[in-house]
Amino acid sequence: MQSGEIAQWVVDAQSAFQGAKDLDELKLARLAHLGDKSAIAGASRSLGNVEPSQKAELGKAIGEAKSAITIALETATQLLEVQRDARVLVDEVVDITLPPARAHKGGLHPITIIKNEISDFFIEQGFSVAEGPELESGWLNFDALNIPADHPARTMQDTFFIEPLESGMVLRTQTSPVQIRTMLTQEPPIYIISPGRTFRADELDSTHSPVFHQVEGLVIDKEITMAHLKGTLDAFAAHMFGSDAKTRLRPSFFPFTEPSAEVDLFFNGRWIEWGGCGMVNPKVLATCGIDTEIYSGFAFGMGLERTLMVRHGISDMHEIVEGDIRFTQQFGIGL
Amino acid sequence: MRAPLSWIKEFVEIPSSITPEMISDGLIRVGFEVEGIISQGDSLIGPLKIGKVLTIEEIAEFKKPIRFVGLDCGEAEVRYVICGATNFTVGDLVVVALPGAILPGDFVIAARETYGKISNGMICSGRELGISEDHAGIIVLSPDSVSIGEDALSALQIVDVIFDVAVNPDRGYALSIRGIAREVAASLNLDFKDPIEEIKKISFDESGKGPDVIIDDPSGASVIYLRSLTEFNPKTPTPLWMSRRLEKMGMRSISFAVDVTNYVMLELGQPLHAFDSAKITGSLHIRRAGSSKDFTTLDSQKRILDPQDLVVADDSKVLALAGTMGGEESEISPNTIAISLESARFDPVSIAKNSRRHKLSTEASRRLERGVDPSLAQYASARAAELLVTVGGAKYLGTSSAGEPKYPAVIDFDPQYVSRVLGLEVKPNVVKEKLEIIGCDVDEVSWKVDPPSWRSDLIAAWDLVEEVARMIGYDSIPSVLPPRPLHASLTPSQKRKRLISQTLAARGFNEVQTFPFVNEETVAQMGYVGDRAKSYRIANPMSEDAPLLRTHLLPGLAAVAQRNIGRGIKNFAIFEIGSIFRNTQDLISGINPEIGVRPDPQTIESIFESVPPQLTHLGAILVGDISQSSWKQKSRTYEWSDALGFVEDILEICGLNWTIERSQFAPWHPGRCAEFIVDGKPVAHAGELHPRVVAQFSLPPRSCAFVINLDALPMSQVVKAQEIKVMPAAIQDVALLVDEKTSSLSVESALRSGAGELLESIVLFDRYDQIGDQKISLGFTLTFRASDRTLTGSEISAAREAAVLRAMNDCGAILRTI
Repeated sequence: MQSGEIAQWVVDAQSAFQGAKDLDELKLARLAHLGDKSAIAGASRSLGNVEPSQKAELGKAIGEAKSAITIALETATQLLEVQRDARVLVDEVVDITLPPARAHKGGLHPITIIKNEISDFFIEQGFSVAEGPELESGWLNFDALNIPADHPARTMQDTFFIEPLESGMVLRTQTSPVQIRTMLTQEPPIYIISPGRTFRADELDSTHSPVFHQVEGLVIDKEITMAHLKGTLDAFAAHMFGSDAKTRLRPSFFPFTEPSAEVDLFFNGRWIEWGGCGMVNPKVLATCGIDTEIYSGFAFGMGLERTLMVRHGISDMHEIVEGDIRFTQQFGIGL
Repeated sequence: MRAPLSWIKEFVEIPSSITPEMISDGLIRVGFEVEGIISQGDSLIGPLKIGKVLTIEEIAEFKKPIRFVGLDCGEAEVRYVICGATNFTVGDLVVVALPGAILPGDFVIAARETYGKISNGMICSGRELGISEDHAGIIVLSPDSVSIGEDALSALQIVDVIFDVAVNPDRGYALSIRGIAREVAASLNLDFKDPIEEIKKISFDESGKGPDVIIDDPSGASVIYLRSLTEFNPKTPTPLWMSRRLEKMGMRSISFAVDVTNYVMLELGQPLHAFDSAKITGSLHIRRAGSSKDFTTLDSQKRILDPQDLVVADDSKVLALAGTMGGEESEISPNTIAISLESARFDPVSIAKNSRRHKLSTEASRRLERGVDPSLAQYASARAAELLVTVGGAKYLGTSSAGEPKYPAVIDFDPQYVSRVLGLEVKPNVVKEKLEIIGCDVDEVSWKVDPPSWRSDLIAAWDLVEEVARMIGYDSIPSVLPPRPLHASLTPSQKRKRLISQTLAARGFNEVQTFPFVNEETVAQMGYVGDRAKSYRIANPMSEDAPLLRTHLLPGLAAVAQRNIGRGIKNFAIFEIGSIFRNTQDLISGINPEIGVRPDPQTIESIFESVPPQLTHLGAILVGDISQSSWKQKSRTYEWSDALGFVEDILEICGLNWTIERSQFAPWHPGRCAEFIVDGKPVAHAGELHPRVVAQFSLPPRSCAFVINLDALPMSQVVKAQEIKVMPAAIQDVALLVDEKTSSLSVESALRSGAGELLESIVLFDRYDQIGDQKISLGFTLTFRASDRTLTGSEISAAREAAVLRAMNDCGAILRTI
């Protein structure tokens, strides 16, 4: 047995391992070059018959060859395993464009979304969100707001009355009774908005609904001026409609404010009517027991439907009230 | 309120450099919305002449009557034109468009051959000239008002601009040309000439005496004038300038006497009524209707009088519904020669009530209920009487009056108050100047401000601030953010509502908002009983189909579900958060304390308590598939347990513990409805809808619903943290045979209490109902764990056996060998 022969075994094994195309071929090559029937295994077994003087040297040579072959095997195994794993991943490729199983597409009503958005804006401004009943006392809805029983201003709003009529109960025509409730139960300073559902006996058409929503704002504090009203409306408009939006006040009439104004909004290149506002009529403050020598305030109110329609280009009120889920789905959760 | 520029110009000198748009902008700036600007005659080009009809040749061979008319238009030759109208006769004066004229709509007039004749122009109707809607015939003019050959464009004052102005209810004075003109002058800084100054100069020679006038009820009117005239020529035609103005204001000419009352009302704002003096017995009275039963207004409607109606009566009968409409019997007839002109400052509230009780809103009532300048009772009647004398040939008889004009009170004013309210420095001299523009007298030493007679709305200092502000212009007020509190937030219940709705939306629900109106039939169909069958009724509903307020959210949601299904949407979940109204509290008579002072605490409390509680509910309906079907898997449909699951999810995000009980609660399936109980109170119902309700709303079978009373959910307690056990768990499965009527919850509870404190959790993993013999098998996984040690086999078996034993004793369960 020559050392050259042993070296040849190593070379043969290395080349067989390298030549193996996959792990199966490698296994055959391993059996052939490292298995029981391999030349090197045979040489190991026959080492007992070798002369003692050569035994140590030959044993060492065989051992070294074995470990060289083993290293070659490990190297080849690793390589082929990596190749195999890569091939599996390639084979397992899926069509990721297949539509995944989904829950239904949900959404909040856009009136809720815009209400949340307005609430968040005013909360950041230090306002609280006040709420009140929809079925409301006529005194809170009208009288306390300086709208006496036989004043033409009452007929400005087509009211739903509740039986018996002597009760004076109405479906609130505005969220202003929430302002009265707040002023009757809290001490100034008062900074609130009151978003909510309101009612007027208008036929449902593309721009009117008998059931609609308003947001009103009320501020009562020391030294509150009409300039503060304008500042608040400008900030509100910019938040809702972008920094290019502007507001304009026009003199108008509301029994609960004096001076009173219509709020126009400049949006998408034109002026549109947005809401009403004014300085709270001191008679209303006095009715609520607020000292008009110390406190003054302003109030404003807008229709949420109108705000929504203007901002989102909705042309028909029916879509807002009908409950078609395809309408709601467009708006998502509003985040 | 319409206002023709030509009429405004009588009281304001408007330079030609000021355009109609500038006038409109000015009106808007001072608080008058201009809803339209109508330019009459701007697309009309002459020649347009007044012609006299000389000959009429009827041409009969065509389908419609055709006339060949010879006209004298002040020309050398007779002009012949073809005309299709027939409302004129030889001798009438008409308006003729000559060849070369262009009428509105680019209608070019030319000489042309038609109906076998040469037509050399056109006889015009009001509509063809764009000055009225009247197309019944051509315009026929009174010979007194125009002359042959006159330019018709100027004779008819065709070229004009008419402003359509919206007048707010506090500005009754502006329902007149006088009032609008004053605002135009003020907004453009022009001089205003008050027509009253000329009228004040009018005097009459009294030649006799007409009926006396008596205010029987001083609460009904402060002042009244009755001017009587006689020898009026009832055939007096209305002058063209007057009828044209009435036409521009949207009124029709009726007869000269009536036209005069309307004209003066439009000019000055004071409604007037002309009575036929011959029909007045004795004196004229302002009184309540009292026992007077009925009378007929001049629109031939019989009116049943309310005892509180304010009426004008003579000694024996009611003549008019005061300030609202005259009576048929005493109105001016074609033969009336004696006229009594009534002009009164009626009480606005009384007129508003008259108008509302009789559903009769008239030009007169609209003005009187907004408050009319009290000085006008005298002056407007003088103006009208003068017209009847000078144009109608009447002879002035005499004046009766009663009462005194009540003028607005003087206001103590602090000029600094303007700056304090507006947040803009306004100097006292500017305040004075602006108040004087609107007609106030201002004493700049004492700062007593005397509002003008026509401004009964100016009562308090803040009313004057608005006047100064609108005269300065709201645009000059700066924009400044107010001082604000440092912090605010949503209330816990507002946060919770938002979280719940966002959670549902994220899980595929769509929020809807339904009208809260229902009818009795739906209430009965849903099977509501008790509080949910008792609602409040709207006295004036939009429709008799839905006169009741909802007591539950499901009827509205079911209708919306039905609408979606009708539009081809088959699988969805919808929800609504809204108020419900249950008639659990009788409505008491309205409590209406005086305003201007704070009511006493007891009264405030009573008002709050008079409003019935209105709970906020969350309702949902689940229809069709629970998720989108995909290429991998067809979705299953929603079923009753999903409805329960959503309720549990919501209660869990509210941090609440609950128990559930089987419930028979409309409109759910009586065997498939769960009631959720928190702190001993029912808070929610969930399950499958009753098959009858499903059918009524054409929903797919087995549609489900849940309703949560959000107001009944308590706020959660602060969480007390539990120790997390880290020792190994022991898991034991048991299968128990029980009667099929036994609820899984009762078996679970028995196992739980039997297992003792080593039990960590218990889960029902299997339910098998194909055993027969009215038995079912329930499989539970019990997880045991101790905090301080690994459990031994004997500890685990002991706990498991104790659990099973309890289930045997409590529920008759039999242990199955797995």
